[in-house]
Amino acid sequence: MNETIQSIPLNYYIVLSSALFCIGILGVLVKRNAIIMFMSIELMLNAVNLLLVAFSAYSQNPAGQTFVFFIMIIAAVEVAVGLAILVMIFRNVHSIDIEKLQNLKW
Amino acid sequence: MILTTFYILSAIAIVCALMVVLSKNPVHSVLYLVTCFFAFSGHYILMNAQFLAVVNIIVYAGAIMVLFLFVVMMLNLNKQNQLDKSNVARLASVIGAGALLLIIVASVKSAELDILGVTQLGELGTVQAIGKELFSTYLLPFEISSVLLFSAIVGAILLGKKEI
Repeated sequence: MNETIQSIPLNYYIVLSSALFCIGILGVLVKRNAIIMFMSIELMLNAVNLLLVAFSAYSQNPAGQTFVFFIMIIAAVEVAVGLAILVMIFRNVHSIDIEKLQNLKW
Repeated sequence: MILTTFYILSAIAIVCALMVVLSKNPVHSVLYLVTCFFAFSGHYILMNAQFLAVVNIIVYAGAIMVLFLFVVMMLNLNKQNQLDKSNVARLASVIGAGALLLIIVASVKSAELDILGVTQLGELGTVQAIGKELFSTYLLPFEISSVLLFSAIVGAILLGKKEI
């Protein structure tokens, strides 16, 4: 395991996680299905987690990995409440197409 | 050897992430996302962060994605799979995301990041090391997060009720 730093530059991890983050943004922008948008947000959170772990490992600072642990807690909370809201919306509107949720727009 | 593993895991992660966005069926999207999270766990193991690798599989691939799958199947969304925006909006989204990626990569290219002063990975990501850190330095946030989880449970139950 110790030759990881020698063989993989930190830049590779930065490029990989920014690519995944941009794919997540693409998913949020392209899709109209609210559940797929939620999954894209999870993807973005995970890309940031990967970057935090990479920086934490490459600078030998355990704070980054504890932050990732807390981000995972936040993500779990967000998903639980968000999916409950989605089920509620589906019960009232009978669709999770976000184009139909325009009551706040005027 | 390690570099090859890195490339394979990265290819799996990026292809699965693209398939999450591109596939028409929401169930397929969820399954691709689970595969993507397993690739992430592989990356964590590569960086000697065993604790986070295991937690990632248990929490993300285990709990969160099962919740997603449960909701997708409960709402029965397979029939309304033609939920895509117009071609102009799609093209604009692709251009926007691609431009953001270009900007990030270009700015990283000019940064000098290899001078962090560390030459090898230590025993940083083991359960013991993370546990010591969590229960000494970050004890208060750790306890507060339990309150957060409790409020999430209450909120989800409240939202799930038929009548408020």
